[in-house]
Formats: sequence, C-alpha cells, structure tokens
Amino acid sequence: MSKKLDQFNIIIIGTGGQGLITLLQIVAEAALSEGYDIRTSELHGLSQRGGSVEVHIRFGKKIYSPLVSQGKADLILGLETQECLKTAYFANPKTIFLINKHIIPIPLQKSISEEKILGNLKKFIKNISVVSANEICQKELGTTVTTGIYLLSLASFKNLIPLKPNSILKAIKKIVPEKYFELNKKTFELAKNYEKGQKK
Amino acid sequence: MIMEILLNKPGKKIILLGNEAIVRGAMESGVQFVSTYPGTPASEIGDTFYKIKNNFYFEYSTNEKVALEAGIGASFSGLKTLVAMKSFGLNVALDALLPFLYTGTKGPTVIIVADDPSCHSSAQSEENSRSIAYLAHIPILEPADPQECKDFVKLAFQISEKFKIPVMIRTTTRVAHQRAPVKLEKIIIGDTCGKFEKDSKRFVTLPPRVLEMKKELLEKIEKIKAFSENSLINKIENQKLETPKQSKLATGQVRNWKLGIITSGVSYLYIREALQELNLDLPVLKLGFFYPLPEKKTQNFIKNLKKVLIVEELEPCLEKEVLRIAKNVNCKLQIVGKKLIPEVGELRPEIVTSTIAKFANKKYKFAICNLKFPIMKRFPQLCPGCPYWLVISAIKKAVDINKVIFGGEIGCYMLFGNPPVNLQDYLSCMGSSVGIAHGIKKSTGQKIISFVGDSSFFHAGIPALINAVFNKSNPLIIILENQTTAMTGHQPHPGAPIVPNGIKIEEIVRACGVKYVKTIDQINQVEFINTIKEFLEKPEVSVIIARRPCIFVAKK
Repeated sequence: MSKKLDQFNIIIIGTGGQGLITLLQIVAEAALSEGYDIRTSELHGLSQRGGSVEVHIRFGKKIYSPLVSQGKADLILGLETQECLKTAYFANPKTIFLINKHIIPIPLQKSISEEKILGNLKKFIKNISVVSANEICQKELGTTVTTGIYLLSLASFKNLIPLKPNSILKAIKKIVPEKYFELNKKTFELAKNYEKGQKK
Repeated sequence: MIMEILLNKPGKKIILLGNEAIVRGAMESGVQFVSTYPGTPASEIGDTFYKIKNNFYFEYSTNEKVALEAGIGASFSGLKTLVAMKSFGLNVALDALLPFLYTGTKGPTVIIVADDPSCHSSAQSEENSRSIAYLAHIPILEPADPQECKDFVKLAFQISEKFKIPVMIRTTTRVAHQRAPVKLEKIIIGDTCGKFEKDSKRFVTLPPRVLEMKKELLEKIEKIKAFSENSLINKIENQKLETPKQSKLATGQVRNWKLGIITSGVSYLYIREALQELNLDLPVLKLGFFYPLPEKKTQNFIKNLKKVLIVEELEPCLEKEVLRIAKNVNCKLQIVGKKLIPEVGELRPEIVTSTIAKFANKKYKFAICNLKFPIMKRFPQLCPGCPYWLVISAIKKAVDINKVIFGGEIGCYMLFGNPPVNLQDYLSCMGSSVGIAHGIKKSTGQKIISFVGDSSFFHAGIPALINAVFNKSNPLIIILENQTTAMTGHQPHPGAPIVPNGIKIEEIVRACGVKYVKTIDQINQVEFINTIKEFLEKPEVSVIIARRPCIFVAKK
C-alpha cells in the first residue's frame, strides 16, 4: 500500500470486555510504524460494562477528526454479530465488513439471527465476510480471549487493511503484556494459515 | 505504555491518550504534587500518575473538594501542583475553588476538568464546565487533541506562575479519550519538599480584605486578557495561509472575508475535517483560551464578516460572547450558532460538515445506509460473578419490591436501574442516596432501602448518614463494600484492603450514632435476607454493610 493513502477509517464494534481498546492500540501503533498520522477514539467507564462498545481508528497522510463520519468507514470489524447492525450508520456501499460469527444474548431479549442480520446488511453492503473466529480460537487455542486479535490479523492477511501483517505483529508485541505474547502470536499465525488455506 | 510516557527522549513521537498527554505535560513542567478523585473521562490521569509514582507526590483523595484542598495546601507551600477531576467533581470542589482564586497560587497550579458531552459515562447531568469561568474568574484553556493536552498543560503552568492564579484545563470525552502521536520534550524532575511561609494578607480571605482580593483578581484577569490577545493558541487559520497573498495575516490584518467560523476544543477537528470534505476555504478562529477571551483578536476576526458560524458543544457560551463583542464592531453581523448546532449531546464530524454546508450554501450529499431494521439496546450490566448480584437476589427475596423505594447513586450499582434488575427509584449525585432517603422518610414514612458504595460513602455519604441520625429518620442503608472504586477502574479508597490500616466502615457507622449495624458477606443469603426484613422495621437508621470484594480485587 502506498504512503499516499489519504485516509483509512476503521470501526471495531463489540461488547465491553472483548478487548477492543487493545485492538485499537495495536492498529494505531502499526499505522505509526508505517509513517501515518493517526487519530482514534474510545470510551471508558460505564459504557464498558458489557454494554455496546464501538471504537474508531483513522490513519492516513493527515487526519483531523478522531471520529469516523457517518458513511465513511472503509472497514468494520464486528466482534459480535448483532452489534454489527449498529455500525451500518458508518457504512457506505463500498465498506468491507469482517464479522465474527458470535452472538452474545441480551438479557430478556430474543437474539437476532445471523440470517436476519446479514440479510439486512446485504441490502446495502456487498462486501461482507463472516468468520467463526470464536469457534476457531476455542478449537485451536483452547481459549477465545484472543478472538479480536484473530479477526484483526485475518483482516491484514486478507489485505482488507492497508498495513503489513508484520507491522501488526510488531505492534502486538509492543502493546500486549509480555506473558500473553506467545498466545497472541499463535493467534496471528492461526489467521495466517486460515487465509493460506482459503487461497488454495 | 507507562514506560513510554517516562521516556526522556525529546523529539520522539509516541501515541498517547489525551489523559496520558496531560500527565506527560505535567512531567515536562516539573510537577511536584498531584491529587485527584477518579471519574470518567478523567480517571486515566490519576491512574497514570499512580503507576509512575516517581519524583512527585501523588494521592487519590477521598473526594474532589478534598483533592483540591490538598492541592491548595501544596500550592501555598510553593509546590507545582496538578489536581484532576471529572465535571461533577468540579461541583464538589467549587466551595474550595472560589476562594483559591482570591488568594491566588504560590506554587503554580493547574486544575484539569473533564466534561462528558452525551453522558457516555455519566449519570446525573450533561455538564458544561466552561460556565464556571463566570462564577470563579478562573482562566480556562480548551485543548482539541493529545498534542494540545500536553502543550496546554505546560502553558497553563506558565500562566499560573506568571500571574499567580490557578488555571483550568477543560477537556471533553473525545479529547481525553483520543489517541494521537505526541512529540515528547524533556522531563523536568521537581523537588517534593516545599515550605509554608506565613502571609495572612495573601492566604486569609477574611473581610474586609476579601473584597480587595476580588478587585485584585479582576485586575489579574485583565492582564491575562492582554496575554490571551497575543497567545499563539488563539489563532486565525485559513487553509491557504501559506500562499504569499495571505501572508499579511501574521500582522493581524484580516482580508475581506464574508464568512467565518469560531470554535474551540474538539469541534475544531471536526471543522477541519468538514472544510476538507466540502473543499471549502473559510477562515477559522480557533480559541485555545475560553476565558478570558482575546476580545481584540475576535473583533478583528469578525469586523469584516457578513456571517459567522460558532461551532461549540453544549450551551452557547462562545456564541453569547461573540454576540456581545460584535455589538461594538459589526452590529450587522449575522451570528449563527445554536440555530444550526444542537445544544444537547456531543457533536460529530457529520453534524459539523452538514452544518457548514448549510451555512456556506454548499451542496453536501453522501451515501447513507438506511437500515430500517430495529436495533436492540444493549445496556451495560454488572459483570458475571459481581458480588452485587447476591445483594439483588437477597432483596428480591426479602421484600415486595413494589412496596419499597430504592435509592441509587453513582457507582457500578447504578446499573441496578437497568433491566432486568430495575431496583432504582431515584438517582442523583454521589452520596445523595442517603440524603434523599432521609428527606423522603421525613415526608412520607414509606419504606426505603438506599444503596451507597464504599468509595461513595467516604466521598460524600458520611455527612448524610450523620444527618439522618441527628434528625431522626429511619431508612435502611446498604453500604456495598466491594473494597475498591470499581466503576472508574479499581482505584483504592480509605477502606480498601491494599491500604495499610484501612478504615473500617462499621466503626465509622457506629461512631455516627447508628445502633443497628451489621456487616454481612452477602454469600450468606439467609442471614442477609433476614437482616433486611428485620432492619426495615427499625424505628431508627439501620445499616447493612455488604462486604464482599469486587471480582477484580479478589483476583489480585
């Protein structure tokens, strides 16, 4: 990806506790290492307690607003499937969605089925990929704690995000506590192998 | 990330959160004394200082008023001081703040106040702390991004040093929780040992001296106004500034523009985004000083304009100022502000873009996704395994929840108000659940259970408890002792187990004159349920201390 990239806008959505702020820090560090200007926005405190969480990451030649404008997202990473409906606000017909097949029920409410969610999004958005990231991580790593890292790594191997996979890995090393780095690296490799498998 | 903030590498660029940049700015200023009470979106300021704990004194105080008082003491003793709090903290601290403006500072002092437009992490009210300027006559600076957070803290210390006055920095959520590259400069290591030198003329606000002090304060503000006129943080920008034609701008001469924009804080970033998006070239007056405003600079900016747009979040503070200033220099000027910009909720880039488009008569269209599908609301919840769940289940078994009033306040337990729990009939500020319960009891005699967290109890609950005892009412107060300040990120408080010789809440409660006090681990459901039933019938104030640590404390 050339350095002339004007701007690239990412929204990551999920629920409190899924590690969205760590993902934001990783993308920001990776973008800085590739010489981009960066601005991000996140929320702390009350909004984190299992509620919906949405973080904004923007990088490019020169970035002003820390928030992505309505309809201006280039990439949306969804860590929880139902939450993705909320990000439609930021989407345009060219926006790419990479969605984790994972539904976290809302107390006293009937969950919306994946078919309904995708059916609605597809009326407007063409480029939607769904990955069973939770399932893959649980099966291969015995934990789902790095699901977000898996999804982000996959986005980079699929060239959905204009940052080199190696920059992402270096940023993971910088941001994630040392004792968890091996697990995160394994997750990163898992995404790489998945993508290779898809290409064959 | 903490290690990076500590790097003493002038010239290096690192990514910092707005709040972290504030800490770095204080360290580059040689800060010596820091006090705070946590509150989103200001919490990371204290947390970062707490983790660094080096070369300066740091404390989490019991509340923001006490934090400010500690800071005032440090300033009187000559130390370079920083006090941080969220918007509501400023309300608590206000009583101490106003006289501090009269006495002025000895050691330079900066007060950080973080507002939360849209109330992302705030119950109780959507506050615009800029209004304090008129009440307290405190200079207020408004940064837009992390770089400015750092630079403005340094400038604020300089202003405070020069004019012997505390200076406030007002951030908002999108500044405090914005990350961006920040250029580092040299860290200065201060000394933490000051000296209080007696000077009653300076530090005692007793009448008749107090009115002289007010006069001196207003004189100081006039001087700071002159400083503000020349400050580079109040700047006029035009996107073609670098072309020779406009180079005259540097002399303060403004060419004959017809439209202009005035703004401050994060709104400035949305404006730059919008002008780029709309391919528009309008002059912008970006104010780093909210108070005192550079009036002459503002006059120069508006005198040749036909229309000016004021882009600001919440109440129209700038708009009113411009309205006043325009009367003398350009009485025909059309001033557009809250007519187009919402007064409730934070701004977003697309709101600013479409407003500027309207203002400048430019077409602006973009593809939006009109999803007609109903989107569900996901309320924040208590964590799975939270000890408060056990309190909820005991209450639901002990009483008919329709026949008891439940008093809530600020902390994780305010989530009791969300479905499916729904145990909250009123909610106001910290410590208020007890005070309001007393008033309802005195007015109605209805049964009340009022919840107060341990950190909240130390913060503002104790005077209300004493009042209920003194004035004889009988609410049941459940003190939820999870041994931490959980909601804001698990900061310690005077009763937390990590504090050596921590204060025991039951001892305070008894000392306040409460006879019916029981400390119960709510895992003992039967005892908890029976005590609720028993205490609700008492003719005097009763207190249950539900002692079970937050799961995050238990893990440590």
